Amino acid sequence: MDQFHDEEILGKAYDSRLMRRLIRYLRPYRRHAFLAIALNIAIAALGPLRPYLTKIAIDSGIAKRDGHTLLLTVLGIAGAMLFQAAAQFFNAYYTQWIGQRVILDMRMQVFEHIHRLSLRFFDRNPVGRLVTRVTNDIEALNDLFSSGIVMVFTDIFTIIWILTFMGIINLPLTLVTLSVVPFLFYATFLFRQKVRESYRQIRILIARINAFMQEHITGMPVVQLFTQEKKVFDSFEDVNAAHRDANISSVFYYAVFYPSVDLISAIAAGLIIWYGGGRALEGAITVGVLISFLQYTEMFFRPIRDLSDKYNIMQTAMASSERVFKLLDTPPAVVDGRNAIEVAKPRGRVEFRNVWFAYGDDEWVLKNVSFTIEPGESVALVGHTGAGKSSIVNLLERFYDIQRGEIFVDGTEIRSISQESLRKNIAVVMQDVFLFSGDIGFNISLGDGGIDESRIRRASEMVGVHEFIASLERGYTQPVGERGSSLSTGQKQLVSFARALAHNPSILILDEATSSVDTETELRIQCAIETLLQGRTSIVVAHRLSTIQHVDRIIVLHKGEIREMGTHQELLALNGIYRKLYDLQYKERRGKAAPPIGRDGLRDRRDGDS
Amino acid sequence: MRPLLRLAPYLRRYWKLLAAGYAAVLLSDGLAIAVPLVLRQVFNAIDADIRSAPLLGYGALVVGLTFLSGIFLFLTRQTIIVTSRKIEYDLRNDFLAHLERLSLSYFHATPTGDLMAHATNDISAVRNVVGPGIMYSLDTGTSFFVIIAIMLSIDPGLTAISLVPLPLISLGVYFLGQRVHKTFEEVQAQYSTLTARAQESISGIRVIKGFVREHFEIGEFGKLSREYLDKNMRLAVVQSLMWPLMFLLTGISLLLVLWYGGIDVIRGTANLGTIVAFMLYLGMLIWPMIAIGWVTSIFQRGAASMGRLGKIFDTPPTIADGPATDAAINAAQLKPSVEFKNVSFSYASSPSPVISDVSFEIPAGWTVAVVGYTGTGKTTLLNLIPRLHDTSEGTVRISGVDVRSIPLEVLRTVVGYVPQEAFLFSATIRENIAFGSPFPITDERIAAAARIASFDGEIRAFPMGFDTVIGERGVTLSGGQKQRLTIARALVRDPKILILDDALSAVDTATEENILSRLQQERKGRTNIIVSHRISTVKDANLIIVLADGLVAERGTHEELLALGGIYADLHEKQLLEEELESL
Repeated sequence: MDQFHDEEILGKAYDSRLMRRLIRYLRPYRRHAFLAIALNIAIAALGPLRPYLTKIAIDSGIAKRDGHTLLLTVLGIAGAMLFQAAAQFFNAYYTQWIGQRVILDMRMQVFEHIHRLSLRFFDRNPVGRLVTRVTNDIEALNDLFSSGIVMVFTDIFTIIWILTFMGIINLPLTLVTLSVVPFLFYATFLFRQKVRESYRQIRILIARINAFMQEHITGMPVVQLFTQEKKVFDSFEDVNAAHRDANISSVFYYAVFYPSVDLISAIAAGLIIWYGGGRALEGAITVGVLISFLQYTEMFFRPIRDLSDKYNIMQTAMASSERVFKLLDTPPAVVDGRNAIEVAKPRGRVEFRNVWFAYGDDEWVLKNVSFTIEPGESVALVGHTGAGKSSIVNLLERFYDIQRGEIFVDGTEIRSISQESLRKNIAVVMQDVFLFSGDIGFNISLGDGGIDESRIRRASEMVGVHEFIASLERGYTQPVGERGSSLSTGQKQLVSFARALAHNPSILILDEATSSVDTETELRIQCAIETLLQGRTSIVVAHRLSTIQHVDRIIVLHKGEIREMGTHQELLALNGIYRKLYDLQYKERRGKAAPPIGRDGLRDRRDGDS
Repeated sequence: MRPLLRLAPYLRRYWKLLAAGYAAVLLSDGLAIAVPLVLRQVFNAIDADIRSAPLLGYGALVVGLTFLSGIFLFLTRQTIIVTSRKIEYDLRNDFLAHLERLSLSYFHATPTGDLMAHATNDISAVRNVVGPGIMYSLDTGTSFFVIIAIMLSIDPGLTAISLVPLPLISLGVYFLGQRVHKTFEEVQAQYSTLTARAQESISGIRVIKGFVREHFEIGEFGKLSREYLDKNMRLAVVQSLMWPLMFLLTGISLLLVLWYGGIDVIRGTANLGTIVAFMLYLGMLIWPMIAIGWVTSIFQRGAASMGRLGKIFDTPPTIADGPATDAAINAAQLKPSVEFKNVSFSYASSPSPVISDVSFEIPAGWTVAVVGYTGTGKTTLLNLIPRLHDTSEGTVRISGVDVRSIPLEVLRTVVGYVPQEAFLFSATIRENIAFGSPFPITDERIAAAARIASFDGEIRAFPMGFDTVIGERGVTLSGGQKQRLTIARALVRDPKILILDDALSAVDTATEENILSRLQQERKGRTNIIVSHRISTVKDANLIIVLADGLVAERGTHEELLALGGIYADLHEKQLLEEELESL
């Protein structure tokens, strides 16, 4: 449950270990980064140059009644401004260019890594969390790589340039003006700190408001059934009020801060008027100097404020990168051996020899399971819920490694076969058909370049779904909608059969769906299953009598052990576990479930067995 | 802008604060605008070489004016922005209060995510109108006209020339702002696509690995990521343009003053102080010009959001007390008998009825079981009693009174409903049990309810006992524990009619029998309606109703139904087999 919270925790703003690792991602773009930094240092000078030129325009142009010099300096300022604007544009774009590329690299690395991990990892990590790593966490690093690192130089150098120009113009007046800058620093950083605290508070409260809303919208029927509308409203009012008050206190900081900055600038201006004005009357300095200094006092604020922003950027980046690196450092549980071999097209002999398997450390799911399936033979696995049927399927595909025993395909232990070539030769049709949000053709080929249109079509014809697909407005290019929402359960199953067939596996695994479909679809599905099993090593996790009758042999699993094995008739005659399972599961049901309607909530669970 | 009219009652509530805010804006702007006039004096004095000029006084005046202006600026935020937070608070309360009145069918038709988006994004967009929107409109309007008036009074010619580029700033901010907004939406849309793809790919990891499609998936995701990069770079172009453009336009304005003003000074038709004052005024005008463009889009977005919120506020509750309600009916006079008479029900989304023409009677104090295969309408049937849905045809009566005539609050006090999915709140166990209680509740009552639900022992075993927090932020309860907790929650209210909708499915058989027998001992006169898949649970009921496809297929006692050899007998047979298998 703690994992839920680690999304919110913000730790320190700088961790040299994380930072070094982050900087490494900049390496491919280091020339760009250096160029951007160099450019920034140059641009930083252009802003502070303007008051300097203004001073010249006033002192050498206006004061000396020299229209020509005035024109020249005005043009000079215009030129500097044009150049600065262009450079600013280029710079903003360029830093984004670097940042976006680094982000892309990292995102792809994380995505690829996730796809290398084994199912054991996915059992433990909810999809939502992994999606967050690829999306939000990576996104949070953008600021660091685009503006964060480069702009620190800009801010520092802007301040340096301002001081340099001021010093060149007039040193004593510079010192007078500078006397207020520490206050500006102090005010800004104090403000940042206060606002950061209050923002954290606001974020927590808004999360609480959202959680409250979410929970009570979902639980609204309960609220209404218990007539607790008033009480719920009252507690919502409390959270809502806390959020309002936190915001109001943050408004207070803003309300104090901006006038304070103005006041500090005004004090600097006052000092310049009093001290500088006096020197000017004495003739020690010119009017232009005064004006340029008044302009400089306004220029300090921005770089100081930007610098204080960097703290937030760094803090977010550290928190996100820590989570991302933790994921990247998770090794896959199932890996190819050093000398893993490639199998081209196995004949399809499968053997389990004394296999013991557990998902965690606690309980054996399979206990000393041994069986052999000859090439071309089809076998049904039957057993009550939790008997270990789907574990056998998972193990044959090597989604998990077993603790004891051996599994062979064509006499080769599967741990010495590369995962890729092992799985290429096994096709699994799962109970819950997973469709991707592409078109039907894509859902059959899964983007495999080796499966062309004619092969897609042939596979569809063989499982008897071609007619249906052809009747669609856009045929094979018809989108299936999110998770195949535009197709019925039966249609989805047939599409997944076509998918398995198109990939022409040596070994086929079929986890039959339990959900009920209409009689006609049921017939189609049975025909299709017959086609699928023909002359192919197949393992069926069977839920229907009609399917069981097609297979050569039945293996009865009970509580992780093989208890009975034989043909349908033999097993019935045995009058043991199979007999009972048969009566329970495979006897035709007398009642029929209605098709599902509506959505989650207080309705019947209509989707099949539960 | 019309939807924003809905805000009028909210604004009216705080009119005093808002009026004070406007006064503060006027004073703050007025004082700030005086500062350049002081500087004009300073520079004119220096230019004219007036040795006796009170420079210290001028300097102090600048500081003093800024200080006073700052105090009013502080007050502006403390009034207007604070009001906006108060209105946000009111809006959010009203939003929840309205949702509480809407009925189950509304929540079935509206995804929770949509409602959440309205509650967060739309309310915050409206808040922006009331806060920054109003504050900057007032501020901009005031300073804009006052500054221009002063500039005109000093030097009309120079004013005209220096103002030329300024409208371009407003236009620039507005159009570029719109463009940024549009491009930003595209970036967001692509980000959603990217997220959806990652979500799908990770959810489908088993298929992807099974068919060895990892490389393909990575390639596809790479394509989307690169498109996302391209869209971001397009956004970077417009965003990068914003600041330099602004900078250039204001710069041109300043240069025009320097150039034309400078020439005037050289010719002797103007003095240096004027130029300085103008440059400062232009600096003060930049923000209002930016704000005009910005505020316009705040109002546009706020109006759109208010429109969406308005649609929700205008949705009337479908199940509520109405003209048919008899306010005189109270809980005490209702006997716990239930009657269904020719009841049919269909969801709005589908024409085929879920319940068709169901009639039966339950005398007060009976225990009745409803059984049937999944998806035969058992839950829908029971939902009709506490009016989570209203019947499409026919009537449901309690104590002979149509449930639609009973005030909703009375009805739901009389009927205790324990739903199939144990929905609990992330709070303590005590708070969850006490949730439904209409009166202040004692610890003994809570403990008693927990005891009847066979949950007290386990609760006491938790380190924090009844104060254990459950849910995401606390202890995760098992399915069976959750179910027993929801039963305790219903019992605390001591309902006259108790409905258990498959509410013991995750509890083992022995515990279930325990709970059921305690229920009957504890309150003799109560009517219990129980949905269950377990025959052992229902076999002692006074009446068993078997539903099939929304119709009453069989009815009778356990023995009668077994003798009938129908659906009930089939369920019974399967149950026995299950038990045998377990024991093997």
